Amino acid sequence: MKLWHRYSGILLPVLVVAALTLWPVITGKPSNRESAFTILKAVALASSLNILLGYTGYVSFGHIVFYGFGGYVGIFLLTEKDWSLWMAILAGGVASGILAFLLGSAILRLRGAYFALATIGVNEAMRAFINNFELFGGPTGITLNFSVYKTYGGAAQALQTSFYIGAGLALAALLTSYFVRTSKFGLGLLAIRENEDAAEVMGVVTPSAKTWAYVLSAVIPGMIGVLFFFKNGNVEPHDAFPLHASIELLVMVMLGGQGTVLGPILGAFAYQGMRGYLVTSDFFKDIQLSVSGGLLLMIVLFIPAGAIGWLRHRIPLMRRVLA
Amino acid sequence: MTILLSLQGVTKQFGGLQALTNVTFDLPQGQILGLIGPNGAGKTTLFNAINGVYPPENGRIIFRDQDVTRARPYHHARLGMARTHQIVQPLNELTVRENVMVGACFGHENQNLSNSAVIADEVLAFVGLTSRADQLAGSLNVAQKKRLEMARALAARPYLLLLDEVLAGLNSSEIDNMIQTVLKIRERGITIIMIEHVMKAVMNVSDRVIVLDYGQQIAEGSPETIAKDEKVIEAYLGDPKLAEQLLEEE
Repeated sequence: MKLWHRYSGILLPVLVVAALTLWPVITGKPSNRESAFTILKAVALASSLNILLGYTGYVSFGHIVFYGFGGYVGIFLLTEKDWSLWMAILAGGVASGILAFLLGSAILRLRGAYFALATIGVNEAMRAFINNFELFGGPTGITLNFSVYKTYGGAAQALQTSFYIGAGLALAALLTSYFVRTSKFGLGLLAIRENEDAAEVMGVVTPSAKTWAYVLSAVIPGMIGVLFFFKNGNVEPHDAFPLHASIELLVMVMLGGQGTVLGPILGAFAYQGMRGYLVTSDFFKDIQLSVSGGLLLMIVLFIPAGAIGWLRHRIPLMRRVLA
Repeated sequence: MTILLSLQGVTKQFGGLQALTNVTFDLPQGQILGLIGPNGAGKTTLFNAINGVYPPENGRIIFRDQDVTRARPYHHARLGMARTHQIVQPLNELTVRENVMVGACFGHENQNLSNSAVIADEVLAFVGLTSRADQLAGSLNVAQKKRLEMARALAARPYLLLLDEVLAGLNSSEIDNMIQTVLKIRERGITIIMIEHVMKAVMNVSDRVIVLDYGQQIAEGSPETIAKDEKVIEAYLGDPKLAEQLLEEE
């Protein structure tokens, strides 16, 4: 009973990811697998962003930069240096972590809107840089040689393996999110979110706490980037650094509930479900992003705490289950 | 007697405004120092200088034999300095207990989470907020928020506690409660500097009083001598009610 209480907050998130992983395995349909992969990818990215946005209270409009940058580094090592997929994924995560560390030291002293603007600038600057960086293929990017997949049992098997790695990364992202949420480090982040000056007076070493939160929120997106572009077969600047994807991530986190473990997962689920419907509908397919914009507006106006935040607020009993 | 805190010629300017001029004093361990002065005299600015929020332009601040003049506030906290804010700064979306745990976790004892929870409950009982522990801090009333400020500071188990107008905005029974709390804190051996406008409290509680006016120390001494000091009475004449209160103390 005590154990159940202690870990109840992580139970639902793990169940959701497990269900998502098993769904295509049970039905055995590749199309289900691809849908599940898209959702798992969103879960991993949104949960990572939540560490910065939800726990620390810093709005990053350019979080996709870590996905793109990590992806580029990993794919480069995979194709040009013949690294294995595993090592490339690790390297992508490390590269994004280092980028976040360096960036964080520079821009995390900015607060509020200034930080948000800086993150957009970083994403755009990175896209422009990669566009002109010949080592990474400039505007045409890097294309994987098809023979690469042979190492992983052929293209079909490689897709299957990628799916399991994706599920593993989604699980890793939500475990990270959970352990940060329930740790002393996380308490310091929450204090920063609520009142940075007061947190500093109480002894929270704010510059390093913020930087590490930024690094933690960047590593898994970097790994996901490598995996996605490996699956995709090539990486190009406009695929790697799409600003609208950053904003979609914000919508997911806000929709589900920033600052909770389960919120970004549900948000990713709901948003990807909605998006799947919209892009296939005749009426909405061209204005799909404006629906996201409208949705964000509605959330901020009416349920700023997100679905989970709203439930926790309304039903105190929920606080134990919905971490 | 060991000197816990020493200020040497502390000077602070905001643009053309001379907020603090050459403030110099030593604070021995275990003492309660009252800091009084008319509105705008620089009392809160002095607190901000002491705990690193606004480092002074000139002068030195030595705390526990370390020069902390240019250090950031978290450095002070880690060394064992804690403060309350005149304008309360609760972490609204965290529970009262979590607020206090932040103080314990990141204060000078650097406690882990489970110890912090124990300390938080202890301190909440001490300031009388036990029944509110699971409430969100934002839902407290002003008097409770002031107690929460105090609890957070105490949870750090500091050597030096800076109390910035913990009595302001409280009614008279709340004031009596708070004074009892301050005296109990002193019994624990914690050194205190308190800024206060409620003269009865400062005069009863303080071992020594420093008077600031326009950023300058115009008087210093025991509460009795301060109450008779002509300069002090003059400084308060702009505020006749306070002057009257001071004279009543005689």
